[in-house]
Amino acid sequence: MFDDLRDLYQEVIFDHNRNPRNFRVMEDADRTVEGFNPLCGDRLTLYIKLDGDKIVDASFQGSGCAISTASVSLMTEIIKGKTIDEAEELFEKFHEMTTGKDEDIQLEAMGKLAVLAGVREYPARVKCATLAWHTLDAALKNQETSISTE
Amino acid sequence: MTQFPIQKIREDFPILQEKIRNKPLVYLDNAATCQKPAAVIEAMSHLYRHDYANVHRGVHTLSVRSTDLYEGAREKVRQFINAKSHKEIIFVKGTTDAINLVAQSFGRTQIKAGDEILITAMEHHSNIVPWQMLCQQTGAVLKVAPINHKGELQVDQFEKLLSDKTRLVSVVHMSNALGTINPVKQLIDKAHARNIPVLLDGAQAIPHMCVDVQDLDCDFYAFSGHKLYAPTGIGVLYGKQELLEAMPPYQGGGDMIRKVTFEATEYNDLPYKFEAGTPAIAEAIALGAAIDYLVEVGMDSVATYEAELLAYATEEARKIEGLRIIGEAENKGAILSFVLDKIHPHDIGTMLDSLGIAVRAGHHCAMPVMDFFQVPATARASFAMYNTVDEIDVLMDGIKSLIEVFG
Repeated sequence: MFDDLRDLYQEVIFDHNRNPRNFRVMEDADRTVEGFNPLCGDRLTLYIKLDGDKIVDASFQGSGCAISTASVSLMTEIIKGKTIDEAEELFEKFHEMTTGKDEDIQLEAMGKLAVLAGVREYPARVKCATLAWHTLDAALKNQETSISTE
Repeated sequence: MTQFPIQKIREDFPILQEKIRNKPLVYLDNAATCQKPAAVIEAMSHLYRHDYANVHRGVHTLSVRSTDLYEGAREKVRQFINAKSHKEIIFVKGTTDAINLVAQSFGRTQIKAGDEILITAMEHHSNIVPWQMLCQQTGAVLKVAPINHKGELQVDQFEKLLSDKTRLVSVVHMSNALGTINPVKQLIDKAHARNIPVLLDGAQAIPHMCVDVQDLDCDFYAFSGHKLYAPTGIGVLYGKQELLEAMPPYQGGGDMIRKVTFEATEYNDLPYKFEAGTPAIAEAIALGAAIDYLVEVGMDSVATYEAELLAYATEEARKIEGLRIIGEAENKGAILSFVLDKIHPHDIGTMLDSLGIAVRAGHHCAMPVMDFFQVPATARASFAMYNTVDEIDVLMDGIKSLIEVFG
């Protein structure tokens, strides 16, 4: 019945929505930033633990749609072990992938994150996927304690 | 179902023939804005092809024709809501513009520090923020009458909040997020017993029921054209003449003046005093065409038909496990706001869209209502006179299927 939506709602997304990874409060986080999408009311708190410039732990709390929950869940898995620069680079690539500016983007190079490429075709849903990454960006730049997609 | 000319009505709305993602459009986002009948589209097109010029200005033929049509539309609005005089019908951009006009013109002259403005907990942001702005400007205080868990106003609490300091009551006639129809006549009586004027936000109510401002005895009534099958950019502020006479102009410019020198300006009479600048001429005329259309169908028939649609939708929705209806007032208009267990409204919105069904997912510009029901957002199916029982079946099948997919 929902054949048209297979690219958007892949099984990996349902899986992360049902069982979000790293869904916990981190008491000893080095960075804590809240992300908010006023359009739909999605709200998340992202916790980051650093060792020098390396991300050693990432977790989150909050509520959102399947796309935003899967996006933040996948993100916390993938950025663990990366340096701040590597994570920022990934944010840029992710942004390009989801906003569709770079048609030739190598989806294979995006690894698991490629499952979110489908939002390109749904402009109303792009912010659901990018909220986590904008929040991460704010956390890594250590400038703000809350961000909004608007 | 009663004898309602649903087939004919559907044929009158060209967009209903559209296919969305290869499926017939099921348009259930009418509380956000509703679709336009051919009569409205043609009224605008005909004006621009044959009769268009600026109003109240030239002596040339087209200006006279446009002015006649524009003032004719005002008269249609007057009759539609049964106002006493055309002077009480101010054309504005929409409900938001109308409320801001009252807040700034009436508010800034009649409301001072320590005074109170009373609203309810189910207001749209457009009936909250203009009053907050006024309170910041004047030092007045905004009071909020609470609602209960069915989404009904707690009338006893409302009454307790009316005080010697209350200068204005501003209440939504029908809630956009919950569908609740407020007992406005009762509220107006209570406020008037203390000589407090009442503004009704009629944005949602006006397309669903007969509104008679003299019977209601409201002091102001605000509504938008685009929710009444007319274009965007046009709306109406009704105000009792004696109140409007006493209010200063809201904006300055052309058309609202009688005489201008650099020393002083003499303002025009009602309603022009509040209509600075070239108005939305074609949109106002098309609003008149929408009203003609509705009068022909009959607002009583519309109300009866939509009540049947809502009753059917509510009954079917209650059969779905995991579905919770947000807003179950006894007296309710044709809006079904709901949430599903563990499925976010945005996902509901996208999935239903893939089936050709347009619903709204979000906070409906009523964040305090969402907070009260402790949900971040809801999905909302809102009905118009062109919707059908079959479309409700398509909606319910869609909801059942997406619950399965999400597992």
